[in-house]
Amino acid sequence: MDATELARWQFGITTVYHFLFVPITIGLSFVVAAFQTAWVRTGKEKWLRLTKFYGKLFLINFAMGVVTGIVQEFQFGMNWSTYSRFVGDIFGAPLAIEALLAFFLESTFLGLWIFGWDRLPKRIHLACIWIAAFGTLISAFFILAANSFMQNPVGFKLNPDKGRAELTDFTAVLFNKVNLVTFPHTVSGAFLTAGGLVAAVALWHLYRRPGVDTAEFKSALKVGGWTTLVAMAALLITGDTQGKIMTEVQPMKMAAAEALYETSTPAPFSIFTIGTLDGSRPVFQLDIPGVLSFLGTGSFDGTVQGINDLQLEYVSKYGEGSYTPIIPVTYWTFRLMIGFGLLAALIALWALWANRRGRYGKWLLRAGLILPLLPLAANSTGWIFTEMGRQPWIVFSQMLTANAASPSVTGGDVVTSLVVYTLLYGILAVVEVGLLIRFAKAGLPDVSPAEEGDEKLAFAY
Amino acid sequence: MQLHDVWFVLIAVLFTGYFVLEGFDFGVGLLVRLLARDDKERRVLINTIGPVWDGNEVWVITAGGAMFAAFPEWYATLFSGFYLPLLLILVALIVRGVAFEYRGKRDGAAWRNRWDWAIFFGSLLPAVLWGVAFANIVRGVRLDASHEYMGTLADLLNPYALLGGLSTLALFATHGAIFTALKTTGDIRLRANRFAFTAGLVAAVLAVVFLAWTFGHRFTGWSLALGVVAALALVGGLLANRAGREGWAFAGTAAAIAFAVLALFANLYPDVLPSTIAEANSLTVSNASSTPYTLKIMTWVAVVFTPLVLLYQGWTYWVFRKRIGTHNIPG
Repeated sequence: MDATELARWQFGITTVYHFLFVPITIGLSFVVAAFQTAWVRTGKEKWLRLTKFYGKLFLINFAMGVVTGIVQEFQFGMNWSTYSRFVGDIFGAPLAIEALLAFFLESTFLGLWIFGWDRLPKRIHLACIWIAAFGTLISAFFILAANSFMQNPVGFKLNPDKGRAELTDFTAVLFNKVNLVTFPHTVSGAFLTAGGLVAAVALWHLYRRPGVDTAEFKSALKVGGWTTLVAMAALLITGDTQGKIMTEVQPMKMAAAEALYETSTPAPFSIFTIGTLDGSRPVFQLDIPGVLSFLGTGSFDGTVQGINDLQLEYVSKYGEGSYTPIIPVTYWTFRLMIGFGLLAALIALWALWANRRGRYGKWLLRAGLILPLLPLAANSTGWIFTEMGRQPWIVFSQMLTANAASPSVTGGDVVTSLVVYTLLYGILAVVEVGLLIRFAKAGLPDVSPAEEGDEKLAFAY
Repeated sequence: MQLHDVWFVLIAVLFTGYFVLEGFDFGVGLLVRLLARDDKERRVLINTIGPVWDGNEVWVITAGGAMFAAFPEWYATLFSGFYLPLLLILVALIVRGVAFEYRGKRDGAAWRNRWDWAIFFGSLLPAVLWGVAFANIVRGVRLDASHEYMGTLADLLNPYALLGGLSTLALFATHGAIFTALKTTGDIRLRANRFAFTAGLVAAVLAVVFLAWTFGHRFTGWSLALGVVAALALVGGLLANRAGREGWAFAGTAAAIAFAVLALFANLYPDVLPSTIAEANSLTVSNASSTPYTLKIMTWVAVVFTPLVLLYQGWTYWVFRKRIGTHNIPG
């Protein structure tokens, strides 16, 4: 493996890992804010206890999102300096703005929220978690604007003297049509993740500890379950729009999602395939006719371009070379993303139904145990699809991934950092999951007010 | 003054903010092992920075992002060239951040002991390595004609840079001890005060030698003036510390760090990363910068949002202005 390939593995590992925490942070900040709002408005202790309980899970997760995020910003310069020189004029701005507008907001107001229980008036304290929650959305918007430029570069011109892409229209970059649909899709994914987590933890308590805080956890299950379902609906709508925009701006990615080699009118969608996906006849394939046409064009008999035609077209446009991503990867991640998401929604539906009846069975509990993992898997496969489907480009049509790495960084450097991150991230994952399970099992905290004259901090590290 | 000059100043301000703010929480991180005698004292220390350390750290993320946006060539060369030191800084910041959050989540001496060491080394490494990095930036490194770093890791660990690292370590330890004295009550406050004085003397000697070495290499009137102000501020801070005026002492070390960082940036200008091979290979504010259009947008964003950030971060410090002591620690 050369340095570029190692750097790609590093980007993949560190980014997928970072993005396990990010969606939980985005989604759970809003759920916790909603619980706290319910408490402030109704004064019912139930909501306060849920706020503190899920708030703790939120913070355990948030810490990991923060620290793994710094790696993300540094690694463009460290491993991908040629890329950074080429796109810095465009790509750096959203990153800097993300830090200035969102990270300061999130870190400062979460600090106030964590330590401010006994220092701030109730409503101001509540405002802190809402501000932090909106900070996560601002963050998502700007970083997705940066990513959308890589999928569909707009608002720039090439400067041949400097050998770089230069910004000409910043609003075009921010409101890139890919971003306008990727942002709601990603945020919906975050709500799916948080909803699944909230519901699953509540379900565990309802089944394992019947009679303990039942009313509280029933409410939590209801909130978590409905969040999951609404998020899934939003994912389907935004995902459908994404398919059409992708067909327009990155037709190769759409063809790769289906392993569609020949241009087809209409094009079917296969649920799964037994075979090599290399264009040879599959051993078995379960097709639904016309569905890929619908996903790509909005009409069941629309034409979807195939990989072979696109490859020929790109060779004539960009010169000799392969412009086809690794098809088994794109094909399977695309299906798994959809499958994981739908399965999560089905389990949430089942749990909501059981919640209405107040009876929670063993099989539901088993399904509930995988419920928090399914959206995480859907997020990961979705991003692997998006990024691997763009290959061989790092910036579609402008720069190849093969030309983007740091010339001054050796394979040994990248191996070193890859091993260090992988080991460190592995250890931290064990610690983090251990703590999450511990606190999830511990149940709702006691929130009876402190005695008069007690100087103890309401919250302390 | 062109926009890329403005952005050079803004990057300098962002790093200044970072070192002044995270400087004291690095120092407090060191004291967790060096000064605290039991778990309660450790918790007092950690809780003095609990609400603010994360916000302080965002200054470096913003500085890095701003460097990427305003001077992509600087960002690309620096981050790929200083690869292994930056890796160590990242690992340290990761371990440290998680340690603050997770340490108190379980009882048990072994669990907490491990995280205490994580906080200590997670604070020690960046405190040294940022000094090493900035010393190398000011001194210059081997850059070829396409601005790629040609040196090795050993080149970065030269005596001048190591002295820079020890200076920042001593300065941050002093700054953190003075912050501790300002924010705590009880016995730890007194010990922090004494520690600050000793550490401060070491810091003063190291920093003055380091700045003198820097100016011996190259200097401008501005950088010399800023360096002198930094030294005076440090001496003033230590005298105030001696007199038990903790607020003034903290202002002194904060100013000393701020003016020292500004002195280094003033010394660097108009280069952003000099090449020691040939002057023509140096990265400067003009050949490393983004287009005026990008800089203009960034300037507007900075003008509108930086004051807002300062306002609400300042408010946080106001909210948590009360001193804490072992009697405030629950459990």
